[in-house]
Amino acid sequence: MPVEPLFRALSPAKNTVRIEFEGASLAVPAGVSLAAALLASGVTRTRESAVNGRSGAPFCMMGVCFECLVEVDGQANCQACLLPVRAGMRVHRQRGARDLLAGDQEMADE
Amino acid sequence: MNEQTVDLIVIGAGPAGMSAAVEATVRGLSVVVLDEQGSAGGQIYRNVQQADAHQRRVLGSDYEAGAQLVAEFLQCGARFLSGAAIWQVTPERQVHFLIEGRAQILQGRHVLIATGAFERPMPIPGWTLPGVMTAGAGQILLKNAALVPRGPVVLAGCGPLLYLLAVQYLRAGVAIEALVDTSGTGDLVRAWREVPSALPGWRDLLKGLQLLATLKRAGVRHFRNARNLRVEAQEHAQALSFECGSRSWTLPASLVLLHQGVVPNTQISWSLRLEHDWSEQQLCWIARRDKDGETSLAGVFIAGDGGAIGGAQVARLEGRLTALAVAARVGAINAHQARDLAAPYRKALARQRAARPLIDALYRPLLQNRVPADEVIVCRCEEVTAGSIRQFVELGCLGPNQTKAFGRCGMGPCQGRQCGLSVTQIIAEQRRVPSAEVGYYRIRSPLKPITLSQLANEEPLTQEPV
Amino acid sequence: MQKTDVMIVGGGLVGLSIAYGMALLGRQVSVLDEGDDALRAARGNFGLLWVQGKGYGMSAYAQWTREAVALWPRFATALQADTGIDLHLRQPGGFQLCLSDEEMAEESRRLLWLRDAMHGDYPFELLDAEQLRVRLPGVGPTVVGACYSPMDGHINPLKLLRSLYTACRVRGVNIINGHRVSGIAQCAGGFELAAAGQRWYAGRVVLAAGLGNRELGAQLDMDIPVSPNRGQILVTERLKPFLHYPTTYVRQTDEGTVQLGDSHESAGLDDGTGSQVMATIAARAVRCFPRLGQVRLVRAWGALRVMSQDGYPIYEASRTCPGAVVVSCHSGVTLAAMHALRLAPWIDGERDDPAVSAFSLERFSPEVRHAG
Repeated sequence: MPVEPLFRALSPAKNTVRIEFEGASLAVPAGVSLAAALLASGVTRTRESAVNGRSGAPFCMMGVCFECLVEVDGQANCQACLLPVRAGMRVHRQRGARDLLAGDQEMADE
Repeated sequence: MNEQTVDLIVIGAGPAGMSAAVEATVRGLSVVVLDEQGSAGGQIYRNVQQADAHQRRVLGSDYEAGAQLVAEFLQCGARFLSGAAIWQVTPERQVHFLIEGRAQILQGRHVLIATGAFERPMPIPGWTLPGVMTAGAGQILLKNAALVPRGPVVLAGCGPLLYLLAVQYLRAGVAIEALVDTSGTGDLVRAWREVPSALPGWRDLLKGLQLLATLKRAGVRHFRNARNLRVEAQEHAQALSFECGSRSWTLPASLVLLHQGVVPNTQISWSLRLEHDWSEQQLCWIARRDKDGETSLAGVFIAGDGGAIGGAQVARLEGRLTALAVAARVGAINAHQARDLAAPYRKALARQRAARPLIDALYRPLLQNRVPADEVIVCRCEEVTAGSIRQFVELGCLGPNQTKAFGRCGMGPCQGRQCGLSVTQIIAEQRRVPSAEVGYYRIRSPLKPITLSQLANEEPLTQEPV
Repeated sequence: MQKTDVMIVGGGLVGLSIAYGMALLGRQVSVLDEGDDALRAARGNFGLLWVQGKGYGMSAYAQWTREAVALWPRFATALQADTGIDLHLRQPGGFQLCLSDEEMAEESRRLLWLRDAMHGDYPFELLDAEQLRVRLPGVGPTVVGACYSPMDGHINPLKLLRSLYTACRVRGVNIINGHRVSGIAQCAGGFELAAAGQRWYAGRVVLAAGLGNRELGAQLDMDIPVSPNRGQILVTERLKPFLHYPTTYVRQTDEGTVQLGDSHESAGLDDGTGSQVMATIAARAVRCFPRLGQVRLVRAWGALRVMSQDGYPIYEASRTCPGAVVVSCHSGVTLAAMHALRLAPWIDGERDDPAVSAFSLERFSPEVRHAG
């Protein structure tokens, strides 16, 4: 859950949007990537490795490292640094391998 | 997508791609530019049109200069497809990409790969802990989200980008705990030979010195010749320990930004099986190109950092030279005109490239930070350590494709972007042969993840095949 | 010049299985293998231990395959004992999913022929859509049915390769990497091989070089009709376990990734990938298991099957060059246990094995052997 954030804004954000992370509602700056928004809100871990559970967090911020994987609106393994925030996004940590059998998944990319 | 084949497809809207597009459209060519990001600018000029006055002041004048190029690009008549993830490029110059979940194909008479660079991996103990990011990530957060570190930050590694970020943070009022520099006087002595040929690039050298002077004036703690870097703690970064001089240091840090230079993004060039050479000077793979940027595959060009690290000015010039070469191919200008138009660019290019060997020598990344100890994770996707790679070599693996088969190293979603260079060098050191002999991963599509439905529903090519 | 009793040319699944088997018999074995960038069918396979449908038209092959999967548990145990590597051998039975009535009819016909040829000893079930959905939840609505056989199974093929490497070293096999055999010739009492500027002498030689067997065989006056047949495989991101049986189109590995495949193309020596075939494989996988539609493809690769003219293995003990044996197949995973535990003793001359003779080069007419 959000702790003391590692990053702060240079100046207060002009606009904010509300998203959900792990069930908690967060106000984040509009027009930034989801990874940036999470970091600004004090999120320090975005995923747990499917191989050994190691905690991962955004590392390169440019889509190269695949550490910032999160589940967005039911779609697993999304790179948070390449997704712009959108009002109402429901985000969860990517906990290991994705679960194909878990409930009804929204076709987020259809 | 229109029915006609495109004269030039440009992959990447950074300085090389944008300059190529501007030059090519001036000569009357049809150009399409694709970039994964939402707006043009590449890495160096990220978000430059949307940045506010405060951000631009912090980021500095080199960044601001990019705004003009972006404006020119957006008006030049090239078709710009942003948010396009390229997942395959074929030798027949068909570019397969995804925009908003739709998979499409574009055919080009010529393709320019202008994919730029990414951070050289810096596998030190603890580098996978939350709280450790790259200096490049710090810059991206600054440019795209106007975010800076809240608390004291430690910058570690080497290279002019590290100094630049430190100065940018100073301007933003960020507390810098320390700059832990792995380069130092030893490099200066070794680099002395490169100085005379570097003098035509005196502007670059001066910039570097000015950054250092700024840091010194501000009293930023600057440790040089740092060795045995290690990020400490269990769940997330808490400190950076290292040795400097005869002392051991442990600096508290909840945020550590690492950087030891950038390397060309060679995923597309390797996937096309283009010829590459290992550069011992730049410690990376360089795609073979002629003076127009054409690779070992006819019709496929590379310009900018995606070919070899040279910086933004070099990228701009290479982009223009490739565009002129393509214009001559297509018949929009004749060979004579092409030569005349190219001449001033070639001259400027020589000057802009002059300082590179010196910069490479001054900030050469340490062997221990490229070829780490056994326990350090090298492949972050599959959690494979350097020690495992060494064991596979002892078992009989000669190169990275065999170690991949034995240990899954390089099979994860990043496809070797984070581990490829490390693995090649670890194997080379273990076998006691040059990196050139070891080779690199076989890179294949998909270069970016694509879902099975997206792939199954790929829209077929409607253009004339070339 | 270096000497060895037995030289095996080719360090893939075929060569190493035989090397391991011969080392178990106490022979002094060396293996010459190419470099990191070689074609390597051994790295490009699905990992199936598959019986159903094989040998339609040649019951000797059906029998050979049947015995291979029966031997597998013993083989896996031996390898694990020597290396500590778990191959994730699972033999729960497998499904051939059918996407049309024609496909279902064709597969059923083949299996009935095979059951007959095997005198009734050939277990399988034909399942309609409803029955299939009970056994494989999540199967798509356009799958018309399936053939299930309890004989089928799968393992982790890359772990098998690594395990064979390790086991061979443990058993004293001399594996020489990075040496591509360029020349081979008969000489007094044996054979001389040239590879990467060095020479070896071997009393006996086994050609297990896949597509390379063609050229090497020719040097020993044998026409070996093998040619490349490309298969492409797609691999997804890791998923929590959802598919507990292997199928010919879709298989979930022990690591959680899902492999999708089964394509056949004549593409010469090009082991690349093409998006049309990839799209076809993807579309078919989504028909089989619709939930896979949202799953991301992470890797795709092509590999060249070593395909003989009739698709069946080649086991040939040369008569003109006694001591030279040729081994070739495209099911190197399924047959690995046989190659180690039955074929190696046959090669060694320790025992005659009538089952092997069905796979000699004799079965190819002279026209075929020259045209290849």
